[in-house]
Amino acid sequence: MMFARFLTSLGSRVIAFMYFFGGLFNLAIQTVFLVFKPPYKKERILDQFKKSGYDSFPIVSLVALFIGFIFALQSAYFMQRIGSEIYIASLVALAIVRELGPVITALVVAGRVGASITAELGSMQVTEQIDALETLATNPVKYLVVPRFLAVSLMLPVLTLYANFIGILGGYIICVFKLGIASSMYINVTFESLYFKDLFTGLFKSWIFGMIIALVSCFEGFNVEGGAEGVGKATTRSVVVTFIMIIAADCFFTALFYFIFP
Amino acid sequence: MIEIQGVSKSFGEHLVLNDLSLNIQLGTTCVIIGRSGCGKSVLLKHIIGLLRCDKGKVLAFGKDVNVLNEVELNHLRSKISMVFQAGALFDSMSVAENVGFSLIEHTHIGKRELLERVEESLSLVGLSGIGSLMPSELSGGMKKRVALARAICTKPEVILYDEPTTGVDPITADSINNLICSLHDKLKVTSVVVTHDMKSAYTVADRIAMMYHGKIIFEGGAEEIQNSDNAVVHQFINGLSKGPITETIDNFKISGG
Repeated sequence: MMFARFLTSLGSRVIAFMYFFGGLFNLAIQTVFLVFKPPYKKERILDQFKKSGYDSFPIVSLVALFIGFIFALQSAYFMQRIGSEIYIASLVALAIVRELGPVITALVVAGRVGASITAELGSMQVTEQIDALETLATNPVKYLVVPRFLAVSLMLPVLTLYANFIGILGGYIICVFKLGIASSMYINVTFESLYFKDLFTGLFKSWIFGMIIALVSCFEGFNVEGGAEGVGKATTRSVVVTFIMIIAADCFFTALFYFIFP
Repeated sequence: MIEIQGVSKSFGEHLVLNDLSLNIQLGTTCVIIGRSGCGKSVLLKHIIGLLRCDKGKVLAFGKDVNVLNEVELNHLRSKISMVFQAGALFDSMSVAENVGFSLIEHTHIGKRELLERVEESLSLVGLSGIGSLMPSELSGGMKKRVALARAICTKPEVILYDEPTTGVDPITADSINNLICSLHDKLKVTSVVVTHDMKSAYTVADRIAMMYHGKIIFEGGAEEIQNSDNAVVHQFINGLSKGPITETIDNFKISGG
């Protein structure tokens, strides 16, 4: 009896999982198709660029600066023991550009923008605004998803680039003003240790993360059921699923790039 | 003509529409009555293609709504408008942007003409001059009327109303009923009104159809329905707590423990 119940529960979870990925894939295909289909409403797209990109700069600045501080201090803890403080600059630069910049920025944007997209579209769903859009001969994916998809996927690499700079600046502040490393030395070591492939792989990953954030948050918003409580649950699920997918995609692409660009 | 032929629709294991058939003549006002949750709104959503039926056909202007592609469906939706129960106004837009939404999105008319069309629609529903307000600044009744203005702005041939008088005071309800009648007279539109408000049904209807257990169990004029000897119809239109509709529920409760 317990085994049967376990199997039923497992079966329903597998079906829910398949439904989620099937739906997400379907939305991704429709969105990519509609991205290339005119007409484009410039104001609507620019508005989303502002909401998801421009408005995220303050929080990204703050988080990236703190990450730079923390990473430099933690590295200093060990590097001072072996007398290699100058390599803190390399460590900070590589860790931030290859990994921390893209991932931390994506998580911040997922929490800030992704949650807001799910809550907004979810509220529209429960108040029949999405049905109303359809009755007004407007495709909800073209009208609601495409501008958000473009904005988040294109602005995330820009925000990541900015976070990389601020993170390295955080490391610079600690190394130069706290550990007494010469400013020119820090800058030289940073530039020497970074290659184009480090920057490229980080920005490529952030583009993928941006697409994940936009698609998952829109999908969850479209599938809200059950009023205000449903909106709350969908928003939580959207953030959790996005976080998991970002980390999984990061793991996959890091491994892939490790073998492509050893 | 809108022809609904043997339509069935289930959500999970719950059969909402069960081989339902109904014909709505163009130029008339058809009111669909029935208890809350009996599937009246689901039926409306089939007419405008928001839902697709599991079995049967919905023919609007001779075309099977179930098999239309996106372009054909959008063309159909330029002829059919829907007024949602709570208005479904876009809360990030002003009243004017809501009302003129279709014109802004699908036509290239100038700003001046757009504003004129919006103002014309708003004045038809008795709300001229409120274009700059946001939906959050409107009362429930005003939201319904703005939703109606949005529906008529594209000059549709058919308007579907989902419980237009639910949740508003009796005076506002009466003014909405009058509005439906006057739009029908002035614009010669076909109206399909879903409601459980019998006063509203008698005021606006040319034909009344009653839904029960996923089927149309009665269809006729206002006078015919009042003289019907069908016990279910009699209980519903007179709002009686005892009768065949509630007996089924009571029996279900007893057998379910």
